[in-house]
Amino acid sequence: MAALRRLSLSSIPPLRRIVSRSFSSASNDDQTLLTIETSVPFTGHNIDPPSRSVETTPKELLTFFHDMSLMRRMEIAADSLYKAKLIRGFCHLYDGQEAVSIGMEAAITKRDAIITAYRDHCIFLGRGGTLLEAFAELMGRRAGCSKGKGGSMHFYRKETNFYGGHGIVGAQVPLGCGIAFGQKYCKDETVTFTMYGDGAANQGQLFEALNMSALWDLPVILVCENNHYGMGTAEWRAAKSPAYYKRGDYVPGLKVDGMDVLAVKQACKFAKEHVLKNGPMILEMDTYRYHGHSMSDPGSTYRTRDEISGVRQERDPIERVRKLILSHELSTASELKDIEKEVRKEVDDAIAQAKETPMPDPSELFTNVYVKGLGVEAFGADRKELKSVLP
Amino acid sequence: MPRRAKLIPNAVAAKADTTTTASSADSKPGHELLLFEALREGLEEEMERDPRVCVIGEDVGHYGGSYKVTKGLATKFGDLRVLDTPIAENSFTGMGIGASMTGLRPVIEGMNMGFLLLAFNQISNNCGMLHYTSGGQFTIPVVIRGPGGVGRQLGAEHSQRLESYFQSIPGLQMVACSTPCNAKGLMKAAIRSDNPVVLFEHVLLYNLKERIPDEDYVLCLEEAEMVRPGEHVTILTYSRMRYHVMQAAKALINKGYDPEVIDIRSLKPFDLCTIGNSIKKTHRVLIVEECMRTGGIGASLRAAIIDNFWDYLDAPIMCLSSQDVPTPYAGTLEEWTVVQPAQIVAAVEQLCK
Repeated sequence: MAALRRLSLSSIPPLRRIVSRSFSSASNDDQTLLTIETSVPFTGHNIDPPSRSVETTPKELLTFFHDMSLMRRMEIAADSLYKAKLIRGFCHLYDGQEAVSIGMEAAITKRDAIITAYRDHCIFLGRGGTLLEAFAELMGRRAGCSKGKGGSMHFYRKETNFYGGHGIVGAQVPLGCGIAFGQKYCKDETVTFTMYGDGAANQGQLFEALNMSALWDLPVILVCENNHYGMGTAEWRAAKSPAYYKRGDYVPGLKVDGMDVLAVKQACKFAKEHVLKNGPMILEMDTYRYHGHSMSDPGSTYRTRDEISGVRQERDPIERVRKLILSHELSTASELKDIEKEVRKEVDDAIAQAKETPMPDPSELFTNVYVKGLGVEAFGADRKELKSVLP
Repeated sequence: MPRRAKLIPNAVAAKADTTTTASSADSKPGHELLLFEALREGLEEEMERDPRVCVIGEDVGHYGGSYKVTKGLATKFGDLRVLDTPIAENSFTGMGIGASMTGLRPVIEGMNMGFLLLAFNQISNNCGMLHYTSGGQFTIPVVIRGPGGVGRQLGAEHSQRLESYFQSIPGLQMVACSTPCNAKGLMKAAIRSDNPVVLFEHVLLYNLKERIPDEDYVLCLEEAEMVRPGEHVTILTYSRMRYHVMQAAKALINKGYDPEVIDIRSLKPFDLCTIGNSIKKTHRVLIVEECMRTGGIGASLRAAIIDNFWDYLDAPIMCLSSQDVPTPYAGTLEEWTVVQPAQIVAAVEQLCK
């Protein structure tokens, strides 16, 4: 335990605080700059890709390890909670894709905006959401980030510009371009990362929004998290051209190894700089999800277990960072294990706490329908029994 | 002396008596303008007042708007604030909603209300429900407006009445304007409201002329308008049907009836206060609407009246709505899909038997 305190605890504050700092200003003793090559070079479409040499610090790598382990642990815990029927409805898990969220946060500030679809638990965490808010929302409790009224697909965090959390495939892309429009209108010098999947890439509204963003030079980066399956349909069965980064045609694109957190960080940093001057860009993150599409999908009817375990062995984002840390001797294997134990405890504590929180008050059924009280009458299923005036 | 608006006689009923319209019965000079100009005036004043107000739509900028509601605004406020979009209703409505989440107050124009069916997902899920699903974190202060209703032989797809489709969406407010005075007031109120508001205009009412007050005024979004007080029967209507009702009212008055005409204006939520007080007085209700019979505004209004004012009714509520058919092109057929004054007179006579 003492060894743990010596190295880890002081240099790895909890996830929430760490991701609110920009990583270029490390305020710790580990100031050594490391230059690490990404797993594969970037592929560009209508643009010169950035270099595959990424600068990082030991502290940053350790933070990546901690934060990704936290996200992984949270998603696995959510799996158990779902099977225990504490989480109901839809639950889409992000394990395997953590590098996209963490790499993105490393390259941007909380004033930049992120909007995504329904696989949003980890993005929420990356944006500064707490484990308690996440688990409480998943269990439909009052302490949830949307007061228990949104659910798994509707996590939002206004103060750190996380715009959710959307259930309808592709509908968040025009919203994201609208957020970028607002940023341009107010001259914020910030950008919006609009995330969607390979399934959503075939939605018409995406191309409509892309056209308008390019027309008006909106500071939006469209991030396609290509995990190669749109629910049960493989990408080659859904898309004539699965080169999603090229689909912008006149909009430049970049293909990134989404399982390499440093590559993601480099790409997002590059994209932000480009987009503030030149208008939109597409980033395709080549990533993978270990779980099925959602908890009701075993995930093995349309792909082999060998494929899943193969990716887990060769490309797992957390393992990659672990190998980097160990090969550069930034920490020891047992210390990393201790971090994982600590993370597990943090998640378990949050779940225990969330389980204790109360359900929303029945009056909450009628709040937040409108902003201002209109005195509108709203009825429950039995029009006589449940009748209320909307506050 | 009642002012006659410059109307095309076979399309729109004659304008209501100005002395009975509460809004324009004032002693100040005021200024005369057409309804589309009143909308523009309201929009322009709000854009001057608040730099966050912007307009998004097809041909709203350089072209000036297909019904001239935004004419001149792009020159005055610039291309970013009066944004010409490509023909992509689904996504530019989504963009407007996304922009409103950051604090802007967009006015989204559907060139014809019917085109907004393409944006139904954005309007229903994102516009109406985001405030709720985010636990109150985000507000969506958009105004979605455009002309709808049955025009002059525009064909089925361009004669849609969307108020019946949108009315179930929780979180949305709907208002329908019918005179230059209430058009300007409702436009301003809708822009200032923090809730998403759908403002229904009517294709055939844009050229109505009226004298409106000079001073700044904003109407209440949730209030109905008393057009003509009376004793015998309550006639509830909105938008263009107001004029058919007033034309029928002239005939009814000659026959000795005293109808009370209320322009409900607020389609969601209903102004049950004004409506209820009227029913308590007259005990008979006739609803005259332009939307379809099935699942229309009249259907919901009937349910609301029965739930709340059953004891005050002396007769079953009558509802005259358009036929449940696509609007045909031929002029005579089109006339028969929509409620005509003669039918209103007959209905009142039957109601008051």
